[in-house]
Amino acid sequence: MLHAAATPARKKVRIATTSLSGCFGCHMSLLDIDERLLELVDLVEFDRSPITDIKHCGPCDVAIVEGGVCNAENVHVLRELRANAKVLVALGACAINGGLPAQRNHLDVGDCLTRVYCDRTGGEVPDDPELPLLLDKVHPINEVVRVDYFVPGCPPSGDAIWKYLTDLIFGRMPRLEHPMLRFD
Amino acid sequence: MNEYDKFSLDGRPIYFERGQSILEAALAAGVYIPNLCHHPEFKPHGSCKLCTVKVNGRFGSACTIKAMPGQEVASDTPELNGNRRVLLQMLFVEGNHFCPGCEKSGNCKLQALAYDIEMLTPHYRHFYPVREIDATHPDVLLDFNRCIMCELCVRASRDVDGKSVFALAGRGTASHVVVNSPSGKLGDTDFALTDKAASVCPVGAILSKRVGFAVPIGERQYDVDPISAQASARQAEEA
Repeated sequence: MLHAAATPARKKVRIATTSLSGCFGCHMSLLDIDERLLELVDLVEFDRSPITDIKHCGPCDVAIVEGGVCNAENVHVLRELRANAKVLVALGACAINGGLPAQRNHLDVGDCLTRVYCDRTGGEVPDDPELPLLLDKVHPINEVVRVDYFVPGCPPSGDAIWKYLTDLIFGRMPRLEHPMLRFD
Repeated sequence: MNEYDKFSLDGRPIYFERGQSILEAALAAGVYIPNLCHHPEFKPHGSCKLCTVKVNGRFGSACTIKAMPGQEVASDTPELNGNRRVLLQMLFVEGNHFCPGCEKSGNCKLQALAYDIEMLTPHYRHFYPVREIDATHPDVLLDFNRCIMCELCVRASRDVDGKSVFALAGRGTASHVVVNSPSGKLGDTDFALTDKAASVCPVGAILSKRVGFAVPIGERQYDVDPISAQASARQAEEA
């Protein structure tokens, strides 16, 4: 027989992704892997992610986190991902060092809110209980939970994300070298 | 150059001229040792410690130790590169190094070293210090958020330009670069864009105005070839 029996299907890696205090640029960059998305579909399935719109994640293999931690909701989401994922990956500058949102860290958050909502429009700082409370500083995610891997870049290129993800999925030690390793 | 004037760097023979430091001899031979506060035109400073090597089993700065015949020098080892990564991580968390928003990105030695030594995360808790920006000078912007206190500008302004525009003040974690004018502002000094001190900053703390992003990201000095490969390529060109 020329064709051997089909090898048993490889168990798909379950991935959760989220964007905390980020711009979704890293998620956009994930889509930049272009036609490799078709390969990815054979390798992984998505849990909580902007792609699936699942709100809470269950047990998964890999959690990919974009963005830093700027409010109370970010903390809850991040902790939920950490509790459910075997491996947690910080994706992009904001998750790794706070990035652009952290540029407010030298300002007083109360001053910022007053300046935006009161001084200019004469209104009040919104205090709807549904709104997550802002933290006084924006933090990289490794200041809140344990992080296994870091993929720097603003955003990391599609190639860098693909390299790192496939290294992880196939059990290689993930590695990014020049020129894929970039901070900008 | 005789057989006597050579030492061993990671097992390779390096010939040197009398008076050269280990770092100078290595760079002249096209072998890269990471460094940040070193500049061939100035007296060694020995403060950044990136060039720390093991000479006959003992730690020392390659930029301040003179090359001696028969030295056994180790540089490119997992132990030393691990220490270098930690030093870089500490430099990154100590200031505000937001690469995506920095005009120096791609030309920055701190960033290039972090790439070369594969620093994926600053790891430590960020200080997020509150530091000044001084835009008072017509041609030069000072952004102390990115200063790593290598004192290259201090040395260049004092030793080459003869102006002593910059100095280091404070001690320990309170160390910071100050500007030598009654107001403390760069605009009130005789600092000029043509000064040596305006072009030696390894990071984005001293920036020339009105040239921002003239060279696009991706085409800059360290974007294509890593800093270590450039040192050996330069040597190959000169040879």
